[in-house]
Amino acid sequence: MNKKTVFHGFGVLCLLLMSAVTLGAVHEVKDGESIQAAVTKAQTGDTIRVFPGTYHETVFIDKDDISLVGVIEDGEWPHLDGEKVLNDAILYSGNGFSVEWFKITQYKGNAIMGQSGNNFSIRNNWVIDTGLYGIFPEFGHNGLIENNILSEIEDAAIYVGMSDYIDVRNNQVFDNVAGIEVENSRHVLVEGNVARNNTGGILVFITPGLPIKSSYDAIIRRNFVTNNNTPNFAIPGSLVAGIPSGTGILVMSGDKVVIEDNIITGNNTGGIIVTSGDFVTEVASDKESDPHSDQVEIRNNIMFDNGNDPDGEMKLLMLSKFSTKGPDILAYQSATQKERGSCISRREAYRSYGLDEWTDCDAPTVRAVDAVVSADDIGTTRQLMTKMLEAPADPRVITADADGAEVVYSGICAGCHAYNVRLIGPPALVIQAQYGDDVQAVADYVANPERRRPDFPSMPPQGHISEEMRLLVAEYMLGLEG
Amino acid sequence: MWFNSLSRALGCCLVIVCQSSMASSADDSPEVFVLNDQCPAGFARNAENHCKLDSLYNNYQSPHGSGVGGLRAGLPALRDGFSPRVIDLGRYLFFDPILSADHTVACSSCHDPDYGFADGLARARGINNVLLGRSAPSLWNIGFFDTLLWDGSKASLEEQLVGPLYADNEMGNRPDQLLRDLNGNTIYRDLFRQAFGTSNIALDHVYEAITAFEASLVSLNSRYDFYAHGLQTALSPSELEGLNVFRSFVSRCGECHTPPLFSNQEIAIIGVGEPEGRPFDPGAAATSGIPGQRGGFRVPSLRNVARTAPYMHQGNFDSLRETVAFYNGGRGHAVPEDEDLLIHWHIWDPKLREEELDRLVDFLHALTDEGFMPDIPEHVPSGLPPGRAISRNNLTSR
Repeated sequence: MNKKTVFHGFGVLCLLLMSAVTLGAVHEVKDGESIQAAVTKAQTGDTIRVFPGTYHETVFIDKDDISLVGVIEDGEWPHLDGEKVLNDAILYSGNGFSVEWFKITQYKGNAIMGQSGNNFSIRNNWVIDTGLYGIFPEFGHNGLIENNILSEIEDAAIYVGMSDYIDVRNNQVFDNVAGIEVENSRHVLVEGNVARNNTGGILVFITPGLPIKSSYDAIIRRNFVTNNNTPNFAIPGSLVAGIPSGTGILVMSGDKVVIEDNIITGNNTGGIIVTSGDFVTEVASDKESDPHSDQVEIRNNIMFDNGNDPDGEMKLLMLSKFSTKGPDILAYQSATQKERGSCISRREAYRSYGLDEWTDCDAPTVRAVDAVVSADDIGTTRQLMTKMLEAPADPRVITADADGAEVVYSGICAGCHAYNVRLIGPPALVIQAQYGDDVQAVADYVANPERRRPDFPSMPPQGHISEEMRLLVAEYMLGLEG
Repeated sequence: MWFNSLSRALGCCLVIVCQSSMASSADDSPEVFVLNDQCPAGFARNAENHCKLDSLYNNYQSPHGSGVGGLRAGLPALRDGFSPRVIDLGRYLFFDPILSADHTVACSSCHDPDYGFADGLARARGINNVLLGRSAPSLWNIGFFDTLLWDGSKASLEEQLVGPLYADNEMGNRPDQLLRDLNGNTIYRDLFRQAFGTSNIALDHVYEAITAFEASLVSLNSRYDFYAHGLQTALSPSELEGLNVFRSFVSRCGECHTPPLFSNQEIAIIGVGEPEGRPFDPGAAATSGIPGQRGGFRVPSLRNVARTAPYMHQGNFDSLRETVAFYNGGRGHAVPEDEDLLIHWHIWDPKLREEELDRLVDFLHALTDEGFMPDIPEHVPSGLPPGRAISRNNLTSR
């Protein structure tokens, strides 16, 4: 929270922009052609430009640094249409993936689903009824989800799962069950989004039974969380099926969550609910995941007109507190406890319940003169620009040296080639006898193997390994001793 | 296609291994047992004489070291680092029925290499042919797990293996008899000396050796892996379709069977029910004491799953096709009426098309890799016939 952070925030943005613009070849896809065919052709660093038209396909990207860019002409978008037959529009696992300017509708699963790709960028997409989720990055480090518009999603329109260092900014989510859901993730900034007319607006969860157990360090800031009163239409049994209609922001088990400077109005059950793990979900418990919400800070939110018609069990709960209305802010179950270390600013401004043991947070008056310069001195997060990383998260690469060669040989080659025993392929001894020290010949052969020995099966081509590495591995193999 | 010939070659390869070892024993000279000084395939020996796994996956990260993620994600830590000789000693112990009370059952009787280190049975059979409660799980890649057994109740292989060793209905042995039998065998005394530097055999060394061998059973070079590492042609079009169904949030297979291990090691309640006439198995709840885990089982890895039929904890399904169809049957459809289970949220009604189920099966076959199959000993130090699965008697009819 200092000038350095601001600077680095811009630095990340610049890097992302530059990487989209400067690298690789450009492939163009026109109406009637296949986007996947272009992805198959593309190399690391390439951009695929997709022109207006309707595309019925699942596009999967399992290589690094590919950018999918929609081209909009005269208001006509490239349109991925799943016709409620296809599962997902876009699946990616590569690092540095970028997708923008697509209209995506009528899939069964997701519009955009990522598994483990780092440094992703998902921007400016228009998503309507793509089934369970809209944008769904999972297991990613360092990502940007920005300026997307999503509606009519059965679970969460934007879901950040088991991920770290993610910014979710300036998106508009409406008519979904959950607007934005952050689950078992850390270092997340949710800022400047409009979450309206969902069942629940913005959720920060720990869900037990997932392999990554924690959810902490989230900032929910400057969002418009309004009128999230859509009846819950989630699939029974899903995690969000129990969310009461009329929920603005729900923190369930999440830790170190700052909810600051939001506009939260017209949510009929409640504005902000902070609770422990068993509030809305019926999930088998997990010894390793902590059900309590700790260190929640609720500061300077504008809230009114919440709780006009609390849903279901919340209505009963409020009746037990002698109120027919729902709360602006409710701490429930263990979230009420002093030892949870949560705080609230301007507590008297809100109709709140269960906050008696919460301490008071700073509630500074932010004046123009010090809004930027001394923001963190006066106790706000205003100077923090991003939760993304200062430099891209690197996938570790195999070093192009003898050590790397040994790893590649042992990991791939040794499955079929032992030193002096016949496995699936001929022994290294036999290959040494044939090639001597002709490293280049071996490196070339493995990239495009042809069957030479009738008593052995064909070798799978290893062209995915760079020539430099193939040479090193060939050298390693030809130098092997028993 | 090369991958078809690859799998054929695997079969050939096994035959060759067997034939060559038979050839070596054909002259009636007594078997000489010398432990291997080389690490198993896929492992490299470091300066400390420890075998460490070399895998391309070592070069990938996973979030928070969790060992879960997408195609190029790191694995959980492997229980590697044993010496070549300890691993090789473990191999003999693993196949030797001397470990059981009546010298009829070896580890390999239920974990037979020819059945993906399971036994091809719906429910395993222990000593005296006693039918056990659950299916024998595959041991491929078991060294990556820190939640072991169907109920996830054991955290290490050493902790786990003493279960079957001393259970009355599994191997039925007792520690004192085991030590007596092994110390009474001059070959084992020599092998333990080769491996541990002492011929005075101790239980901890027995457990360590078996653990070392089991943790060497690594399968990470399937066609799927070649694809994950970047070889785009490694998977056929139908397998690629299957991969996309697998990782889709419609099927959600990959949410719990998370690559690269194809298990997230969590307890999941999927509500598979029991075969006709069998009582309901409470699963993890019985050992964890958490009532909400009733009917929950540790998510198994899917690597080499095509080799380990039948499927589920009591072998409910004979084929992969039936197994994937279970997940398409609707949430809780097989749960007994009197059970109220906290079915996992990923179990739902995905309405996958029949051809999508076929493609899933195609993809699961692309997870087969037995390239690092260990040598199966023709003879073990006790002189007893090495333990093999009962199902082998029916091999020809299968």
